[in-house]
Amino acid sequence: MKDNVKLMKGNEAIAHAAIRYGCDGYFGYPITPQSEVLETLEAEMPWETTGMVVLQAESEVASINMVYGGAATGKAVMTSSSSPGVSLMQEGISYLAASELPALIVNVMRGGPGLGTIHPSQSDYFQATKGGGHGDYHLIVLAPSTVQEMADFVGLGFDLAFKYRTPAMILADGVVGQMMEKVVLPEQKPRRTDEEIRRQCPWAVTGKEGRGKRNVVTSLELDSAVMEKNNERFQRTYREIEKNEVRYEARYTEDAEYLIVAFGSIARICAKAIEDLRKEGVRVGLIRPVTLWPFPYEAIREAARGVKGILCVELNAGQMIEDVRLAVSDSVPVRHFGRMGGIVPNPQEIIDALRRDFIDKPANEEEKK
Amino acid sequence: MKDEIIIAGFGGQGVLSMGKILAYAALENDLEVTWMPSYGPEQRGGTANVTVIISDEPISSPILDSYDTAVILNQQSLDKFESKVKPGGVLIYDPYGIHHAPTRTDITVVPVDAMEATIEMGQAKSYNMILLGALLKMRPDVPVEAVVRGLKKALPERHHHLIPVNEAAIRKGMELVRE
Repeated sequence: MKDNVKLMKGNEAIAHAAIRYGCDGYFGYPITPQSEVLETLEAEMPWETTGMVVLQAESEVASINMVYGGAATGKAVMTSSSSPGVSLMQEGISYLAASELPALIVNVMRGGPGLGTIHPSQSDYFQATKGGGHGDYHLIVLAPSTVQEMADFVGLGFDLAFKYRTPAMILADGVVGQMMEKVVLPEQKPRRTDEEIRRQCPWAVTGKEGRGKRNVVTSLELDSAVMEKNNERFQRTYREIEKNEVRYEARYTEDAEYLIVAFGSIARICAKAIEDLRKEGVRVGLIRPVTLWPFPYEAIREAARGVKGILCVELNAGQMIEDVRLAVSDSVPVRHFGRMGGIVPNPQEIIDALRRDFIDKPANEEEKK
Repeated sequence: MKDEIIIAGFGGQGVLSMGKILAYAALENDLEVTWMPSYGPEQRGGTANVTVIISDEPISSPILDSYDTAVILNQQSLDKFESKVKPGGVLIYDPYGIHHAPTRTDITVVPVDAMEATIEMGQAKSYNMILLGALLKMRPDVPVEAVVRGLKKALPERHHHLIPVNEAAIRKGMELVRE
């Protein structure tokens, strides 16, 4: 066994990856199914090694505002929570976006609405990708499907957040948070020095030293003409992100008669269903969006060419399906299959849904344009 | 090689730990592995289960609807999972506290008197290791040596002095499987 291969939960991988990235601060409040992030950080005591701050705040509202403050000073700061906790954070997230601050927010989703269950769900897709808080903003949203990606997306999330000065979110779920599998953690990087932060983040509030004018970080702008200009700048950034940062995984799409689109852990269950169907000679392909925003519209449009139908599989009532429909317009019939409230379907249920909606349907029953 | 395993019983019987030790053993043996627990309040009473998949190829879904191997520690879990063992698969169970024994004839049913053995050995806490031994006898996916190395990884250091007891329990479990 290679020494650098570890076996751990997705939540634990996030904590270790944060320390190794050189993260300056974590602020959070425990909630199932992601409490292992905070627990692992407390056990690792990175304040004694890298100097990283780990703080259990009094609430999610406090956590996100500590992130807001830390981010304003140019530090690499993060929080993590699960669905109800992330709802509490929405005001702060909107402020971060409006103040053009980099930060990393992890949502290990559980079944809602309300306090709901503690079991896996993907019903915060709309919240994560379409705003969540008030105002015209986007988060960069990364959807991990393996423990390895849980670790890798911490670094990627921070890098993208700093590159575009916008908050990034890791949108995971209880499956990938709680499961253990092999992972290779990134190398330990040093935390940036104050000097490096000053150079990299000339906008940060690091004291007036060396500057003629003090930096101010705020989301408030009472002059609407200026606020519109600010919005135009945000939108230009979002267009840049859409141009540069779309990520997805395509499997078995070359010869596919049918296509499944799924993200996160459920995409793996779909992959198993596809493996089983291919043994029977049914050619099904899989597109797994890795960035949920920016969404891989073009890749889905390409993969949909010539397929007889698309099944969108989600742990919700049908949210990403709206983006899939936007991608393909009316050129291909698109159906949703999902379970809600914390129930995770098994591969057979996905096979049954694909058969019911497409494979076993006589051609004349299929939708016409 | 691929073994899709479900381990199920009461919370507190060591179901998740058994799965974890098996998962670490697979890691020690350079195999691919996923460990997916039931999590939440069921850990504090009620039923707990864990799906462990061991394979020499990358593993797609960590969640399954049928299994090659089942290790069953209580009646509720037997009722739930007996029908989910694939034809030709293996079902290991402890008859202690079981009122309706498994009835399937298209799978190999292996009763293991683990509770009895545990009482004889005076080592109540190594109950799950006896069943793990039975599993390793029926499904030699990983050698016992890898499991012992796995124990070192899965157990916190303050419990390392218990490793010989656990190893003895594993070997006892292997013996208990009737030829």
